[in-house]
Amino acid sequence: MNLQAYIAEQLTERKVLLMTHLIAGFPSLEANWRMLEIMAEVGVDLVELQMPFSEPIADGPTFAMANQAALEGGITLDKYFDLLRRSTQAFDFPHLMMGYYNTAYRLGHGPFCQRLQSNGGCGYILPDLPIEEYGDLFTESAERELTSVMLMTPTNTDERLAKIGAKANGFVYAVARKGVTGGHTDLGDELYEFIARCRQVTDLPLGIGFGLRSGDDLRHLHGHAEIGIVGSALLNTWQRDGEEGYRALLQDLAAGRS
Amino acid sequence: MGLVDSIFSHERQGYYGEYGGAFIPEILRTTLDELIVVFDSARRDPAFWDEFLQVMRTYSCRPTPITHLENLSNEVGGAQIYLKREDLNHTGAHKANNVMGQGLLVRRMGKKRVIAETGAGQHGVATATMAARLGLQCTIYMGAVDVERQRPNVFWMEQLGAEVVSVTDGSATLKDAINESLRDWAHSMAHTHYVLGTACGPHPFPQIVAYFQRVIGEESREQMLSALGCLPDKVFACVGGGSNATGMFLGFLDDPEVELVGVEAGGLGLATGEHAARLAGKVGSSGVAQGYKTYFFQDPEGQMQHTHSVSAGLDYIGVSPILAHLFDIGRVRMESATDKEVIDGLKRMMRAEGIIGALESTHAVVAALREATTMSADETVLVNLSGRGDKDIFTIADALEDENWKRFLKDKVGKL
Repeated sequence: MNLQAYIAEQLTERKVLLMTHLIAGFPSLEANWRMLEIMAEVGVDLVELQMPFSEPIADGPTFAMANQAALEGGITLDKYFDLLRRSTQAFDFPHLMMGYYNTAYRLGHGPFCQRLQSNGGCGYILPDLPIEEYGDLFTESAERELTSVMLMTPTNTDERLAKIGAKANGFVYAVARKGVTGGHTDLGDELYEFIARCRQVTDLPLGIGFGLRSGDDLRHLHGHAEIGIVGSALLNTWQRDGEEGYRALLQDLAAGRS
Repeated sequence: MGLVDSIFSHERQGYYGEYGGAFIPEILRTTLDELIVVFDSARRDPAFWDEFLQVMRTYSCRPTPITHLENLSNEVGGAQIYLKREDLNHTGAHKANNVMGQGLLVRRMGKKRVIAETGAGQHGVATATMAARLGLQCTIYMGAVDVERQRPNVFWMEQLGAEVVSVTDGSATLKDAINESLRDWAHSMAHTHYVLGTACGPHPFPQIVAYFQRVIGEESREQMLSALGCLPDKVFACVGGGSNATGMFLGFLDDPEVELVGVEAGGLGLATGEHAARLAGKVGSSGVAQGYKTYFFQDPEGQMQHTHSVSAGLDYIGVSPILAHLFDIGRVRMESATDKEVIDGLKRMMRAEGIIGALESTHAVVAALREATTMSADETVLVNLSGRGDKDIFTIADALEDENWKRFLKDKVGKL
């Protein structure tokens, strides 16, 4: 799948797209399936499905705990790829694998890409893998038309952003603030200035993540970014308010797209 | 180029053979780049190393002496055993070297706060001490399990003005404290320096820690030469993350006749799986976690495994990429010592020499005693006693099942 073309097509219908996140195996594979069904029901545009890791250094408290609980609950690569396959067969939105590099490193770059592709994934986000360390992961991915989503962050120098921009494909994940996942983000001038810096180095669509939690947050992105990415807020809501609260938040987020 | 030079200047930045690198979220890239620049300019400045030595002479106890363990050597009836006394450093361990060195870097960077992970608590206490001395704010992350077994160190860190955060994630030990420190840093890096305590983590940390800890090996080499007129036949050091071993071995890396032996935590025994002998136990495999590539104790899918050791400081999943490389090329041999051997070795050294070693360091002593037996009396071994054991009083008293100590504790509790 050409992710960039898909994003362009979706954008003819709405001002910003919604990408949602879930962690495989947390709170359970069955709960994951309900989450995915509700995402499909409200018409989410893209989904990132996280493979848990024992040392999730880029994740804040909510996700760190979820990574650990999912592993204690017995999530494995086989179960992860099975969920990915079932989901990509059942639902139309494109699926990105999110996880830590050790998963790809241990499998081997070729087998990692092969398993991702054969189970219907369209790419991956590996937040602890800097461009210098990709090695042949770029070529292995390109051969299978998998998107390697690069992250740009507000602390990066312009020179560094340009280097990342040169390697990026599909879209760029722009991290809205310092810190780890979860927590609060000010969607104001500082963010818009950072977005402008990203635009200097890439023509790709920009996805904004870290700290988005409502339809209003998505509206703040209209005219500034192409994708709003929501993770921790969804999981917190699932745990606090259950399925109905989860659906209500997703409906609110989906409405914030236009 | 000698081996030492190869560690401090690389063809591929931050790599030691296959290991090392900087696998970190992009948010930390600029901070690490700034640290590389500050560190490189400091070590090009000849005054910097002198300043470091001056601080260590006047604030810690450098140079630390070397003690000939005459009684134990006679008992063993083999090689002569010498001890490098890093336990005599301020705060009782080699950790002071790295911490004061990084403190000088913090001063160059102008940052106002430091954070650190700690396992046994020695690195935490050392960092809290440095922060107090240099007037810095200080937060220490420590696994909840370690907080439990090292309460005296927690007490001292707090008294020194540090905030101690108990980490309950994962296995609630050293690795989880590192994760939490990295998370703090990803938010606070503008005014905070992460004083990583061991020769692990993303580049430039392994190199920075090795740079300051090499003072151990350089001093030792000179001291052995001036005392004996020759180099030791074997050098032993315990290996958790690997900072004391790296520092000690750097002094002898380019002396091929000196055999270098790292000693990992054998825990309940290699056969039980309850240990942290990643290399000696042949359970480690190449992986990427906590910002660097090395041998990790992990399952085939790359999830880190539970480690066990009586000593919190050796209870860790990874090993310095520098040591991983030296192990790969056959320059460093890895052995292990079990919890039980360590308790026995500790008792033996206390009684024979009046020296209370840290549980961590006693792993090295145990392996040295084991091998000294089979060596001849004109051979010598040097052991790095990286820390003192007073801090382990609760763990050791427990292991020795000391009835008077138990009575004392009950009595104390009764009076609360």
